[in-house]
Amino acid sequence: MSATRESAVRVGVLFPDLLGTYGDGGNAVVLTQRLAWRGIPVDVVTVAAGQAAPDSCDLYLVGGGEDGPQVQATRELDRSRALHRAVDRGAVVLAVCAGMQILGHRFPDATGADVPGLGLLDCETVRVDRPRAVGELLTGPARVPDPDRPGATIDLGELTGFENHAGRTLPGPSSTALGAVEVGEGNGDGSEGVVCGRVVGTYLHGPVLARNPRLADLLLGWVVGADALTPLDDREVDDLRAERLRAARARELAPRRSWRDLLRRS
Amino acid sequence: MSAAHPSPSAALPARSRLAVATGRAVAGASQLVHFGSGSVIGGRAALLVDRDLLRHLTRGREVVLVSATNGKTTTTRLLGAALGTDRPVVSNSLGANMTPGIVAALGPADPAATAVLEVDERWVEQVLAQTGAGTLVLLNLSRDQLDRSQEVRKLAERWRRALTATPPERVVANADDPLVVWSAQVAPEVVWVGTGQDWTADAAGCPSCTGRIAFEAGHWRCTACDLARPEPHVTVDDAGVTLPSGRLEVALSLPGRVNRVNAAFALAAATALGADPSAAGAALGQVQEVAGRYRVARLGGHPVRLLLAKNPAGWHEAIDMLTPAPAPVVVAINARIADGHDPSWLWDVEYERLAGRLVVATGERRHDLAVRLRYAGVDHVTVEGVEDAVARAAQAEGHRPGAIIDVAANYTAFQEYLEMVGGPR
Repeated sequence: MSATRESAVRVGVLFPDLLGTYGDGGNAVVLTQRLAWRGIPVDVVTVAAGQAAPDSCDLYLVGGGEDGPQVQATRELDRSRALHRAVDRGAVVLAVCAGMQILGHRFPDATGADVPGLGLLDCETVRVDRPRAVGELLTGPARVPDPDRPGATIDLGELTGFENHAGRTLPGPSSTALGAVEVGEGNGDGSEGVVCGRVVGTYLHGPVLARNPRLADLLLGWVVGADALTPLDDREVDDLRAERLRAARARELAPRRSWRDLLRRS
Repeated sequence: MSAAHPSPSAALPARSRLAVATGRAVAGASQLVHFGSGSVIGGRAALLVDRDLLRHLTRGREVVLVSATNGKTTTTRLLGAALGTDRPVVSNSLGANMTPGIVAALGPADPAATAVLEVDERWVEQVLAQTGAGTLVLLNLSRDQLDRSQEVRKLAERWRRALTATPPERVVANADDPLVVWSAQVAPEVVWVGTGQDWTADAAGCPSCTGRIAFEAGHWRCTACDLARPEPHVTVDDAGVTLPSGRLEVALSLPGRVNRVNAAFALAAATALGADPSAAGAALGQVQEVAGRYRVARLGGHPVRLLLAKNPAGWHEAIDMLTPAPAPVVVAINARIADGHDPSWLWDVEYERLAGRLVVATGERRHDLAVRLRYAGVDHVTVEGVEDAVARAAQAEGHRPGAIIDVAANYTAFQEYLEMVGGPR
């Protein structure tokens, strides 16, 4: 993709009113600001439920949400095929949690019945007889295949976030996991996330791009070229990452929880 | 109700009387070793002795339950004040809002007193079944503690199930919250309160059919089924509340639009229970602080005002209550079990609206807040302890010497600071 763009980067935020329960709207803020700080113009196209999704965006964000809205969002995207057309011509997609499940081949609805997904990620989500996965999620150093250089990978460092999901996701043969789980549950088979070309799925909230700026810049680099991404001052994110990595490894979901908290909890 | 069945304490079964005594002894012991008020642990001990204690303590008693994501403590306090104008009232006024806290509040109380009880939104089913409450006040449902409550829609389902299983005589409910309307509409009688709330982020999908809800000014409806805003019986404006009996001016001491809404719910419920509207309205104005919220105190050598803001819908209202920019503000974020372990909700708060002032970020998750504020373009610093944070705010350019500094904190941070300034009273 071209490193010198004449037009603004178009970021499509799909159905945040349906799929925005877990703060994933923050991913759009992160991408917008990381472009703006580098002087790269950006247009955010927010698509509300009931509106037609455009197929002309450079980058799409699909967030996490609840069972009912998840089925509704799938219905709308399946009908319009806009996301399919966009992916076919190389658009970048980040899909989080329920969003990742939607992009796979199938996922269970609130009753446990299979709902056909969009088939843009080679994975399927199943219901399992295990507790909901809720807590800090940390991967080891994550590497993603470089879609422009076969055989090469791009290093993302550890991925940190918070997971909150009932289903478990099985990556298929033509996909790659985003990383290997160090702390938490992730896909449920020891891996976390699914990558197919420029379509990335993950269970990480936080939001994921706020906690993992290298992943944010990977997605942006796929649109504007890595050379256009001058370094940013990420010291505050580094502080946050250091603290969350330490807390996850210490299994410290409740920092400084004391007997008093337990008693007050009522 | 209570008038027809006077319920002297002698009517309490022996096992329940022993349970109450045990609870008080345990609570007293807990206080002695400085574990806070001891009401919750005392309540738990009492329930071990008598599992049905809540049922026994509320038999023959007039009971009103208040639940919501936001505003339940304040509305309970206001409703207690309104009903207190013409009858004895007992309340779990410090916010211990699950069964143990409720039995601890009721145990030593006058058995004839009307119980005005705040109930955690996840405990409505159980508390309604046990108390057989005559009136249930349902304010709102929005995202909060995602790691615990899971999905807000499931809570709406549980409320609806509770109202089907144990229908109260009446429900007082928010006509502008589709999740609440869908839950409450199964009740035999609903007093709908038009709140004009504009937080709609958690209700885009219809709770009834998963269709899309269309919001317009003053109205909402599902585009796929019959669910729509009911015509309110009670409405609220800048200076008063319009009840079925007429409009009433209400001069509140509590700040903000959201507290006028809470007052409207309190008046709607109190007048439905026979309270005199003007006496009740006057009583609301006497409430100055609620479990420490809005208290002005000294912290870090400076006067501060404590505000509780614990989720996006709460922040949406709290930002309007802050002293305007350029006055600095201290914001404290924890993520303990009572706060929810996942502070991703910070990204659903419009912190961009804090621009033009210094924000001092503190609390255990101040680094999460700092990253959020950086992306929001808001001037900020992080400071570990709250007293140092207040002192830092006092050095901000926008601070007027001697002015009260707002400290907005989420749940456990708020409780910690409240203890530092004398605790609840």
